[in-house]
Amino acid sequence: MASIRIISEKCYGCGICLGACPFGAIRIIDKKAVIQDNCTLCGACVSSCKFNAIEMTKDEAGTAGDISAYRGVWVFAEQKEGKVANVVTELLGEGRKLADQLGEKLSAVLLGDGMEAAAQELISYGADNVYLVDHPSLQRFNDESYADIFTQLISRYKPEIVLMGATTYGRSLGPRVASRLNTGLTADCTQLEIDTERRLLLQTRPAFGGNLMATIICPDHRPQMSTVRPKVMKALDPDPSRVGEIIRPDVDIPLDTRVKVLETVTTLCEKVNLTEADIIVSGGRGLGDPGNFALVEELAQILGGAVGASRAVVDAGWVDYSHQVGQTGKTVGPKVYFACGISGAVQHLAGMSSSDTIIAINKDPDAPIFKVATFGITGDVVEVLKALISEFKKRLK
Amino acid sequence: MNIVVCVKQVPATTEVKMDKETNTIIREGVEAIINPYDMYAVEEGIRIKERLGGKVTVLSMGIPSVAELLKTTIGLGADDAVLLSDRAFAGADTLATSYALSMGIGKIGNVDLVICGKQATDGDTAQVGPSLAEKLGWPHTTYVRKIEEIGEDFIRCQRMTEDGYEVVEMPLPAVITVVKEINEPRLPSLKNMMRAKKAVVNVWTADDIGADKNLCGLKGSPTQVVRTFVPVHDISSEMITGDAGEQARKLADKLLTMQFPVGGC
Amino acid sequence: MILVNTKIIFIAGLLAGYACRHQQQPHGKGVCFMDYFLTEEQQMIKELAARIADEKIAPVAIQYDEEGIFPHDIVKVLADSDLCGVYIPEEYGGLGGGVFEMSLVVEELSRACGGIALAFAGTGLGTYPIILFGNEEQKQKYLPDIAAGKKLAAFGLTEADAGSDAAGVRTTAVADGDEYVLNGTKQWITNGEEADVFTVIACTNRSRGARGFSAFIVEKGTPGFTFGKKENKMGIRASCTSELVFENCRIPKENLLSREGMGFLVAMKTLDRTRPGVAAQALGIAQGAFDEALKYSRQRVQFGQPISSFQAVQHMLADMAIQLEAARALVYQTCRFIDSGAKDFSKESAMCKVFASDTAMKVTTDAVQILGGYGYMKEYPVEKRMRDAKITQIYEGTNQIQRNVIALELIKELSKK
Repeated sequence: MASIRIISEKCYGCGICLGACPFGAIRIIDKKAVIQDNCTLCGACVSSCKFNAIEMTKDEAGTAGDISAYRGVWVFAEQKEGKVANVVTELLGEGRKLADQLGEKLSAVLLGDGMEAAAQELISYGADNVYLVDHPSLQRFNDESYADIFTQLISRYKPEIVLMGATTYGRSLGPRVASRLNTGLTADCTQLEIDTERRLLLQTRPAFGGNLMATIICPDHRPQMSTVRPKVMKALDPDPSRVGEIIRPDVDIPLDTRVKVLETVTTLCEKVNLTEADIIVSGGRGLGDPGNFALVEELAQILGGAVGASRAVVDAGWVDYSHQVGQTGKTVGPKVYFACGISGAVQHLAGMSSSDTIIAINKDPDAPIFKVATFGITGDVVEVLKALISEFKKRLK
Repeated sequence: MNIVVCVKQVPATTEVKMDKETNTIIREGVEAIINPYDMYAVEEGIRIKERLGGKVTVLSMGIPSVAELLKTTIGLGADDAVLLSDRAFAGADTLATSYALSMGIGKIGNVDLVICGKQATDGDTAQVGPSLAEKLGWPHTTYVRKIEEIGEDFIRCQRMTEDGYEVVEMPLPAVITVVKEINEPRLPSLKNMMRAKKAVVNVWTADDIGADKNLCGLKGSPTQVVRTFVPVHDISSEMITGDAGEQARKLADKLLTMQFPVGGC
Repeated sequence: MILVNTKIIFIAGLLAGYACRHQQQPHGKGVCFMDYFLTEEQQMIKELAARIADEKIAPVAIQYDEEGIFPHDIVKVLADSDLCGVYIPEEYGGLGGGVFEMSLVVEELSRACGGIALAFAGTGLGTYPIILFGNEEQKQKYLPDIAAGKKLAAFGLTEADAGSDAAGVRTTAVADGDEYVLNGTKQWITNGEEADVFTVIACTNRSRGARGFSAFIVEKGTPGFTFGKKENKMGIRASCTSELVFENCRIPKENLLSREGMGFLVAMKTLDRTRPGVAAQALGIAQGAFDEALKYSRQRVQFGQPISSFQAVQHMLADMAIQLEAARALVYQTCRFIDSGAKDFSKESAMCKVFASDTAMKVTTDAVQILGGYGYMKEYPVEKRMRDAKITQIYEGTNQIQRNVIALELIKELSKK
């Protein structure tokens, strides 16, 4: 079992380790650091101690087989109703970089029905191979059959890295497969790098609503699996002249699954999907009155953008939850994000800080939103919105 | 119907502040609560019990003080609470957590349905639900926004997707993770609160549930944190001055020269 | 700016420190007050009621007041949380608490809205006659549903010509075989047409004066029993106040509470127990107003400082806090006294009602004053509390009548010695 201890002679009780611990598990008692019960052995304090007074020993966990046999980068090509999800091309863009650094191949895994043409397209976005499993029963995403087949493929072809979109399907399939393979999955990665010395994937993700970033590794198990949210990575420009191979592996396709998808219903009535939008106009409590939210909707409409909202106004019933942006809402990464009357609480920032250009409009010049905004406007949100509406109406005629 | 609801203790993150000088999280006086998403799971479990009869057991893995927190779920109407607590569980990632929970559910025995919240507000991974289902060898569905029908040996539910929902049916026993849209959690009732005061939470160790300690805690976790750091937001905004009309004009100028992707996508 | 802020925090901290020396008793989102050594059960009741006030009542208070909406949804919440039966004996499905428990609920709910709290408090008023004077059949028939929150109750005493002068009641109940026939009109009855069970005082024998009244249970829907005007009130507008109209309304003779001629006693004994409830309502209303005023005084900046730094405002806040705490102490002590099994408590009951309601009127008026212009606007939540507070000085015995009662009791006690 792993263990951690304070080397008392080396400890000066300076307290730096207290600050490094994300769990508040260290206390200074009688001028020495004391580690509490709620320590999770994450090891963050060890490197923070300037006097090397913290010692952590980890048992060598048994490795799952010969991990050096695992080579290559895979991207799960999620599809719905025959259309490959946008996040897949973004993952291929990132996967290409990783594969090149490792000197390995980049492959896509595509399950569906009649997906030949889509498979070809994946090659133009950077894949060297596409493992295509085409079967009528796979037309709709099914947790059970997809997990079964994906696991078969991974066990057979042994990729060292598997990337998936952090979508509804991805977040259901990923953990199931990782669990079956007894390997590690890191969710919502915002940054992926290769440690070439140890041949490890460095997976960086936000925690505590974005207050803290953590870099995670999966040293002894394969494949190293990561999910990535849409609009975080960048797709390559498609190159139709790219050459690749479409492989049709012989797999057992489970036909009588316990899980049965009976029906698919589309209810989204908005013209623009929030997570895919290039422009989002978002409103918060600074608007004052629920009636003023209509201004946000109007500006969005003029600009051809989507409507977003802070948690406060969704909770207050001004607008439906499907518009909520933030830690407990949607994560978005548009080219332009208008934050109108939104203070910029960390939980909201977690959902939109990767936007390219952020425009903050708020009457409080000290609002935290201005720390991430590209352009800031202090003033009466309602007046500014009205002015923007009339200005853009004029210009975009 | 024997239902187990898995809950997690999390910090009430709205209080998390950063100390600018040392670039670390200030953690004094941060309250511990049950992960808000799990409250919807608890409510759904209780509702199913009220409709079909049976028992709701709330299960968690954590430090001993979590036992007190679990009592609040009894105040809402849960029948029992079980806490898996052991040094061996410390440092667990989602895989090790799912393993321990699955062993706990095995010990509870005869379970028909496991309900989890969509994700926890500290880790945000949303991984334990599906991973747990895999360890149990049961079917699962995530993001359930409504249970259309549930019988002795099957469940039919609506799973929320990005643009609507799907209707999925599975035989029991099964695992579901639920989203906020599924219900409105109730307030505790006095009678249940009094029952909760007297309630005893069962605390089980790794040995109690027959868990292999190599598969628990840090040892059983394929992933490890190597580094934590505070993200630095060092963009200095360009402030646009003037009255509302002028500000609008200046902003429009800037955006349009930036080749603003206007007009719809 | 920063300097001033720390000064405010220091002073507020001092005030707060003074107020909760022994133990912090935070309630809802307001300031904390002294530890009143509540039992664990009382503390649970108080916290649950406070949660309901903050999470369920506060969001709808202004709207229900504005539009005069009866809070059926809140009644359901109270029912689901087992609070409706807090003062009803356990054998009839209640929690077996006393006047103190009932008052704790009323106080917390009133902090968010005194009008909405009245659905609960008014039911208490209509139910106590049955608890105190009902026979076993009557208790079994009516109390369980009230405890479960399935039915609301109301108390019918007041008439157009019988307010403070309760002996002026004109509604008659004439015995006729197996029934009594009721004729008359009751005015300003809380819960009115929303209630299901009514305890009504009517005249059975005019020649016997004060001994000529009797108390009856009347159910909604009884032929001959209709509702008249629903009142448009200055305050507590989320409660329903209506006329009860009896026209040859026949009720079974089993519905007589106690014996003929006991009507007045039923009314007096009931009111003795429910006056602390009115006091608790006043207390809650005032506390809510004070919390808003204190919060506002720290945020509102004039002459470059928060107005809470001005001595004039500080003194107002201090006086408000003193009166609130004194009222609370008196109300709680009275409740304990009654629940301890005391025989005579009309004087104490009257005292706490007078003091709490007068305090509420003063505190809410001062709260509006502290908010200044904003205090006068309906958009801000204090003018409503000032309108709500007024009724507590009037109903369940005007404060003038209460003072009569107190004085008479004092004189009686003196003459006993």
